[in-house]
Amino acid sequence: MTRRLLEGSEAIAEAMIVAGCRFFAGYPMTPFTEVLEHMADKLPAVGGVCMNAESELEAVGMAWGAAATGTLAATGSTGQGLSLMQESLAEMTLARLPLVVLNMARAQGDYFQATRGGGHGDYRHLVLAPMDVVEAVRLTQVAFHLAARWRNPVLVFGDYYLAHTAQSVEVEALPLEDLPASDWALDGSSGGSGQAKLVSPLGSAKQRDRVGYDLAQHYQECVVATAEMVAGVTPMAETGFTDGAEVVVVAFGTPGRYVRAAVGQLRAEAVPVGFVRPISLFPFPSAVVAAAAESARAVAVYENNQGQMIDDVRLAVLGRAPVHFIGGLSLDSSGFGIAPDLDVNVIRGRIQRVVAESEGPR
Amino acid sequence: MKRVEGLVVVPTDRAPTEPARLVDDFTPSLIEVGGHHLCPGCGEPIAMRSAVEAIEELGLIQRTIAVFGIGCYTAFSNNLDVEVLQALHGRAPSLATGVKRAKPETFVFTVQGDGDMVNEGLQEVIHAAARGERITCVMLNNGVFGETGGHLTATTVLGQRTKNTLDGRTAEAHGHPIRLSNLLAQLDGTAYVARGAVNNAGNVARTKKMLIRAFETQMAGAGFSFVEILTMCPTGWFVETQTAPSYLADNLAAVHSPGILKDVRA
Repeated sequence: MTRRLLEGSEAIAEAMIVAGCRFFAGYPMTPFTEVLEHMADKLPAVGGVCMNAESELEAVGMAWGAAATGTLAATGSTGQGLSLMQESLAEMTLARLPLVVLNMARAQGDYFQATRGGGHGDYRHLVLAPMDVVEAVRLTQVAFHLAARWRNPVLVFGDYYLAHTAQSVEVEALPLEDLPASDWALDGSSGGSGQAKLVSPLGSAKQRDRVGYDLAQHYQECVVATAEMVAGVTPMAETGFTDGAEVVVVAFGTPGRYVRAAVGQLRAEAVPVGFVRPISLFPFPSAVVAAAAESARAVAVYENNQGQMIDDVRLAVLGRAPVHFIGGLSLDSSGFGIAPDLDVNVIRGRIQRVVAESEGPR
Repeated sequence: MKRVEGLVVVPTDRAPTEPARLVDDFTPSLIEVGGHHLCPGCGEPIAMRSAVEAIEELGLIQRTIAVFGIGCYTAFSNNLDVEVLQALHGRAPSLATGVKRAKPETFVFTVQGDGDMVNEGLQEVIHAAARGERITCVMLNNGVFGETGGHLTATTVLGQRTKNTLDGRTAEAHGHPIRLSNLLAQLDGTAYVARGAVNNAGNVARTKKMLIRAFETQMAGAGFSFVEILTMCPTGWFVETQTAPSYLADNLAAVHSPGILKDVRA
């Protein structure tokens, strides 16, 4: 394998195929569209299927059907399209099916949608937020592995920049541990055996074993599965300059890269600042944020929305330090996320303001 | 044996010569538990029975995946000895599409009601049909939301009283019923479209033939196949159980006419 200059959408498409994805369904929407284009182009060549679904509702439905056969499946859109998919995403979790969902979001307003979920019922999805194309290639593969390992949808949260930025990258299969056999998957062959399989968000108990569905028991089992998943997935984060940092800045995704640059510049000028970049948004790297905030005077959160991840940061910091919001909406007139606010000098200035305000004796 | 006006009276003074026959004795092998909780007079169990008998007769048992919608018939989703994938209300055709495209060697059919298919998920079935998806969609049409207790659907006939059209459906207030089979038959992707009914023995036999033909159409790879089955819902129609078959003939079937609408392999 050699390094190639690839646009994020193409690199992610290749990473999906390397991860074993053999079914993809999508509906065009900027800035997700190119991922669909590349999957439509590349997937048939490896014996996979890419469906040009007639809506996001059908895209997620098709992926659901493919996933139920044990085929590694994915779908995606922008946050708007994901809004349409939420009912299915929630229900697929209750059916304990693996799925990778891409959100090539417009800015970062979909943090709550991603981490809380817009669907009904008691469910959680794992959420990974790559900072750039290289990390996206790695995390996309991790997403398929986690989805199959925990039989749960996993969301990869990208944005306009990730989808459209070209970067030199090597798309190579990650060495990931073997997955358990998907003995629950449907292929028709268990019919007539007296043990025909059932994949259902209502539970997999048959009437012959028990009278009717028992949703109380099934939902309880789903709660246990979710708890095991959350306990079994190590939260991911990148930290920098947190030793002795008096102000810790938290940011994820593309803005995380800008924050890292701004913090690096300030550190070079001996300003005592550090950063934490959550890579898994769920489970949130609360312990990492808490440790970084332990000796800080203040924590600042930069995100391109009106303040959503800041809730998780506050829960992690738990009063150890004041938490300030230094982000904000940052859109051009198209709303796609060409962000005038996303500027290292702007971010640097806001961090300096937090540093100045938090100086003095404690 | 004593006869009283033509009625056979079972003698009780000695052991019966044959064991008593139970519901299970008449239950197809692919229906795991014979007793069900659907209302007396419901047509859906007859339709389900016909479908699984067709699967068995065609030798498709070990390659079948049934995709269920949400309605009273969902009671059968965990009661079949064929593999079942449970979908959301309205979404079975896209799930069936994913199954079939991922595993083209399987036999895939959906079970949906009129509320599920024509109300909630109309675009799903139309697109699946237009794509010529190699699946079979089976719609159990009783013209009401049976599970919620008898409410207006998109196939409810004009004049029919439901719980949310107490004075009867009017075109002015509630629009016209959709004849889905007629709509689908116009699409280039459909290979077989038929509308049957289960309100009498002749119709049950004809409906089973339609199911067999539709299933064969899928296995021949000819395109999308569709069978609409008119079923009785005395509870949701607010009629006596024994009058439901004739109510079906006089009302539902008067608008949604049974027959084979399209068969490209004929």
